[in-house]
Amino acid sequence: MTARERADARVGRVMLAPALVALGALAAWPGLWVLWLSLQRRIPVFGIEHFVGPSHYAFLATDPRFWNAMEVTLIFTFVSVALEFLLGLTVALALQRQRRGRRLAVALLLLPWALPSVVTGRTFEWLYHPSAGLLNFLLGGAAINWLGEPGLALPALIIADVWRTMPFVALLCYARVLTIPPEIYEAARVDGAGAIATVRDVTLPLLQRVLLIALLFRSLDALRAFDLMFVLTGGGPANTTETLTVYAYRSLFQTLQLGFGSAIGVVVFVLVMAVAWGYLRVMARAEEATA
Amino acid sequence: MKARATLRDVLVLAALALWALPFFWQALTSLKPDTALSAVERLLAAPPTLDHYRAVIGKSVMPAALANSLGVAALTTLLALLLGAPGAYALARLPVPGKRVLLLVVVACTAFPQVTIVGPLFVLMRALELRDTWLALVLADTSFALPLVLWLVAGFVREVPVAVEEAAQIDGAGRLSALGRVVLPLIAPGLASAGLLVFLMSWNELLFAYTFTATEASRTVPVALALFPGVYEVPWGDIAAASMLASLPPIVIVAGMQRWLVRGLTAGALRD
Repeated sequence: MTARERADARVGRVMLAPALVALGALAAWPGLWVLWLSLQRRIPVFGIEHFVGPSHYAFLATDPRFWNAMEVTLIFTFVSVALEFLLGLTVALALQRQRRGRRLAVALLLLPWALPSVVTGRTFEWLYHPSAGLLNFLLGGAAINWLGEPGLALPALIIADVWRTMPFVALLCYARVLTIPPEIYEAARVDGAGAIATVRDVTLPLLQRVLLIALLFRSLDALRAFDLMFVLTGGGPANTTETLTVYAYRSLFQTLQLGFGSAIGVVVFVLVMAVAWGYLRVMARAEEATA
Repeated sequence: MKARATLRDVLVLAALALWALPFFWQALTSLKPDTALSAVERLLAAPPTLDHYRAVIGKSVMPAALANSLGVAALTTLLALLLGAPGAYALARLPVPGKRVLLLVVVACTAFPQVTIVGPLFVLMRALELRDTWLALVLADTSFALPLVLWLVAGFVREVPVAVEEAAQIDGAGRLSALGRVVLPLIAPGLASAGLLVFLMSWNELLFAYTFTATEASRTVPVALALFPGVYEVPWGDIAAASMLASLPPIVIVAGMQRWLVRGLTAGALRD
């Protein structure tokens, strides 16, 4: 190692140190401490605080409310992400041939994505209003209680989530589509490929990587979803929209069980990491296949 | 042929405008009097009024919440950039030991569920007596803002050709002065992109803000809007007006800084 490299390494450590200290204090350390908290029975209002080992996890294994929350989380994630994928891809392909008004189109897409999720929640709460809401009016004066019916609340939440996050998938795909050289399409046309064949054999393979990344981001976000449930349903009716995050939050700050809520938080973390790992495996394999 | 293409362009735009309809409906609602909000036909027919904006600005916590959100989001952005940009440069360009592991940790941090760390952070904020202060929110938001800045900006630094930096150093400038005079101006748009994303995320954040705030001293816009009070019935018009105020910064960013926002949004995903 030359003197120059040693000096660079020293500068590098100094430049990186503040960020690492902050990340350590605000993310890594809470991430480890939550494990410790999850092994305790801790109810601060009653001054209860003692070590109970993995008993919270043992309880969760047979807790019907936990498994319901797991199911709600997985359904919400799978359906939302699938719809975002389909609609986002469609929008990106439609925009690919857009000649005028591209800036306006991107602005219209960005708007739902950039709004605070609480605004989205409040907006859909009003759209879903049983007697004065726009949705029931458009359905010809129906009196459906979208957020109050156990079978309808989760679909209603999914629609609101798809509304605000489909644009993310669309924009990522659109940005990738713009970088495809026109010559490739010219070649496909010369080869006699039709519109559908071109999309299937030319565009989609080139979008594979960005689609996987968009899906990864969206899946992780959906697994952690909280805001829309908090505003629209609070987890109800009858816990039909209670995701793991909502269950964890209610345990932590409504029933004030710091240890038990932490255990659910740890499960959310493990779930998120497992899904991320799965996606990364798929991406690595896809890249091997194309290389 | 040309007419057909134009028609197609218009139809796509119309479809996207229809997609954004829920927002426009909320905007329209914010301008209609309470008496007209009991049915859609009456809402459409009623003359516009600014009553709801007057009520929200004059009699609700929204003005205080807007100030809190602006302060928290601006300070979070500043802190994340100040801590993150030098670190990102080091990760991208300097021989830091354990770099691969560090990058992996940074990526993992961006996937950290907020609900997982909110418990420990709550204990921490209480111990430091930071509850109901801006600082608590700035620190909590930094937990997701900083990894994002590190990740995005490291990518932007890698786009600067090494030769450019070396040329400046050969001209007699040290690494740090080359950094300030050559690299910084080149990554400035990237810093703006990362900053905009972080600002939006902090502006929109609910879970931490709901947990760590208690009063008007620190309550942010999403919390104020989520808890918007009604005496006898839900004040839909006031809520709609408050929604519009809460949406102002995102709208300004989307309308005026679209290019940078999209660049930040797509940077992580399109880079190989």
